[in-house]
Amino acid sequence: MFAEIGQFALILALFVAAAQAVLPMAGAVRGDAALMAFGRSAAELQALLLLTAFAMLMICFGRADFSVALVADHAALDQPLPYRLAATWGSHEGSMLLWVLILALYGAGLARFGDNLRASLQARVLSVQAMISVAFLAFSILTSNPFARLDPAPPDGAELNPLLQDPGLVFHPPLLYLGYVGFSVAFSFAVAALLEGRADAAWARWVRPWVLAAWVPLTCGITLGSFWAYYELGWGGWWFWDPVENASLMPWLLGTALLHSAIVTEKRGSLAGWTILLAILTFSLSLIGTFLVRSGILTSVHAFAVDPTRGVFILAMIVGATGSALALFALRAPQLKSGAMFGAVSREAGLTINNLLLMAVTAVVFLGTFYPVVMEAVGKKISVGPPYYNLVFTPLAVPLLLMVTVGPLLAWKRDSLGVLARKLRLPALLAVVVGGGIAFAAGPVTAAAVVGFTTAFWLILGGVMIFARRWTGAGGFSWRLVRTTPVAVIGMALAHSGLGVTTAGVTAMSCFAASKILVMRPGETTSLGPMSVTLARVHELEGVNYQALAAEFSVREGSRIIHLQSSRRFYPVSRNQTTEAGIGTSLFGNSYIAIGDTQQGPGGDGLVVRIYRHPLAGWIWFGGLLMALGGAASLADRRFRIGAPALRPAASPSAVPAE
Amino acid sequence: MRRWRSGLIAALLAATPAAAVLPDEMLADPALETRARDISQQLRCVVCQNQSIDDSDAPLARDLRLLVREQLSAGKSDAATMDYVVARYGDFVLLKPPVEPATWPLWAGPFALAIGGGAMLALWLRRRGAAVPAEAPLSAAEAADLARLDGG
Repeated sequence: MFAEIGQFALILALFVAAAQAVLPMAGAVRGDAALMAFGRSAAELQALLLLTAFAMLMICFGRADFSVALVADHAALDQPLPYRLAATWGSHEGSMLLWVLILALYGAGLARFGDNLRASLQARVLSVQAMISVAFLAFSILTSNPFARLDPAPPDGAELNPLLQDPGLVFHPPLLYLGYVGFSVAFSFAVAALLEGRADAAWARWVRPWVLAAWVPLTCGITLGSFWAYYELGWGGWWFWDPVENASLMPWLLGTALLHSAIVTEKRGSLAGWTILLAILTFSLSLIGTFLVRSGILTSVHAFAVDPTRGVFILAMIVGATGSALALFALRAPQLKSGAMFGAVSREAGLTINNLLLMAVTAVVFLGTFYPVVMEAVGKKISVGPPYYNLVFTPLAVPLLLMVTVGPLLAWKRDSLGVLARKLRLPALLAVVVGGGIAFAAGPVTAAAVVGFTTAFWLILGGVMIFARRWTGAGGFSWRLVRTTPVAVIGMALAHSGLGVTTAGVTAMSCFAASKILVMRPGETTSLGPMSVTLARVHELEGVNYQALAAEFSVREGSRIIHLQSSRRFYPVSRNQTTEAGIGTSLFGNSYIAIGDTQQGPGGDGLVVRIYRHPLAGWIWFGGLLMALGGAASLADRRFRIGAPALRPAASPSAVPAE
Repeated sequence: MRRWRSGLIAALLAATPAAAVLPDEMLADPALETRARDISQQLRCVVCQNQSIDDSDAPLARDLRLLVREQLSAGKSDAATMDYVVARYGDFVLLKPPVEPATWPLWAGPFALAIGGGAMLALWLRRRGAAVPAEAPLSAAEAADLARLDGG
């Protein structure tokens, strides 16, 4: 019964979305307030229906109702309940349902918190949002129905891939989806602005919190995914330039550009067309990220043909959404007002250059991901892997990172290079000295290490300088200035220095990580750098739905001794196995031990042991967290909630505080 | 030691093949082994999705690792070893695709975008930014708006 309720709710949501796609838009065109208001109710109703559908599917998983095909394929009786519930979004059909649910929740959010928007703009945004809903609900119902029944029902199901039975992976997909789908709001705002022929400072101020609302969870999701790969995949890799990872990185990079160009549009009214274009492209990349990846086209052009209905549907939606939005852009962009002018050396110009470089690094990821597909289509197979990215990504990323610290020091409208150079002379010198010093102290010095650490310190210093400049006025340091620091400024400083922290971690991991692979028997000791590792004992473990072989290690570094357990789990139901590395964490780096098979060693049969030293590894994800925190702080800034300054006070009676 | 080697281990071993680089394939000479690892990271495991032979668990990746080590032990240079592998498996094994007319867009595209975009920006700024007007002081109404938005 639960499955049927879910099914009905899903189909009803499609009809509600269809109405929401048409009526508010018609209302906006004809100036009919009632039709425009319908958009708000429809958006909330749609969210409610999809919440119901999702809850029903979750109940089916919770009750282990194997007469539902999806449950039978992704849950087993001996699987712990939390993972069975998490399996709701662990499959294609379930994650599609999550996707449309989040889309509807953003729509409801727009309806609920968008009361400071121009009514006609809100109605248009909700309409466009519903058009996307219609497409994806139809996709879900017609090609990937999550509630399909199975008759006869099997007595037990097949479990979720054990690699995914991990807390990290429970939250990773919803966070990514919050990001991907969140950019749909920016897209809808862009299309609505094009339809209205108006994208001014007020428009940008409305868009910006929604972009942040997508960017923050996406940042968290990527960080969490990378952290998960690090501790779960068993060899300490944290980024693989895998097509699936690239798919999440592309909208993040372009979303970051969007965030910054929207600032220019908000503060100065410039670059409106550019901001709109970025909003369209960011959402397109999100669509590509979620769907093209799962269509199988990236594995091979031929895999695409295995399930042609889904593939063609997906391709049609991406081409349809992007194509029509871009056509609209080409038609309407020339009518947009071009806003205030700015000089070649100014905050605006700096942010434009930042945008350009972000576009270029996005292009690196895009080409690296899709070029092999194109080449295969014309009959030549090539591979694009980490060596390509290291060579092409890095030279574009370094100037981008250097610009991050320069940007906030630039004055709006017009600045001079001489003034800028005076401001930057000392910090630059400091960054080179400290960065180079760290690189020298850390080990065999390489150019990459010096550049990496200098850039990292430059970024962190940038965060510090944002505060220093904000807190000192003409009369020197003042507490009043500290107290009145806008939250958004704190957010910027956090995000920029977070990027520096990540850069430091990446540099240390790329330049100074060390590893050793050997066969060990209980009682044996080996060393790696300053670490001395002893294999104490090996034993069996019995888990809820797995058996494991566990090895106990003691790791001594200086006077500090830590005990690590490293294991391999075997899941009998799916006949899969996972590696659970033993990781000793500290501020300056991790020790990381993974075990493998038994093998003949010099002293007889023993266990294959992989020992790694990962300097500053944790900084990679801590930096990501700081960036997300910075974004969240900006989102909390009060100025977003009170709406934009009204150009003509009479024209916008709703521009009062929302609280 | 004997106890845990019984049933469980057999099951574990049956479930998956060996993992990545193993001690028994490693060369005794550390310098040679380091070179072998470096080369392995440049070569793709042809049956895997996007993994180097250094990271891959596939038996074919192991064969390739052994092949690389064989060539190096025979005294071949890094480049000669790579050439040898490419001759047998084609450009597909290279994780860094060769620079040739067909891959120029891949290699030059992002830089062309950055440089082209920069040039367009410069041109645009020169055309419309030639006369940036001097700062006009805020009107009383604007100042009031500003105070309302920032402070209160």
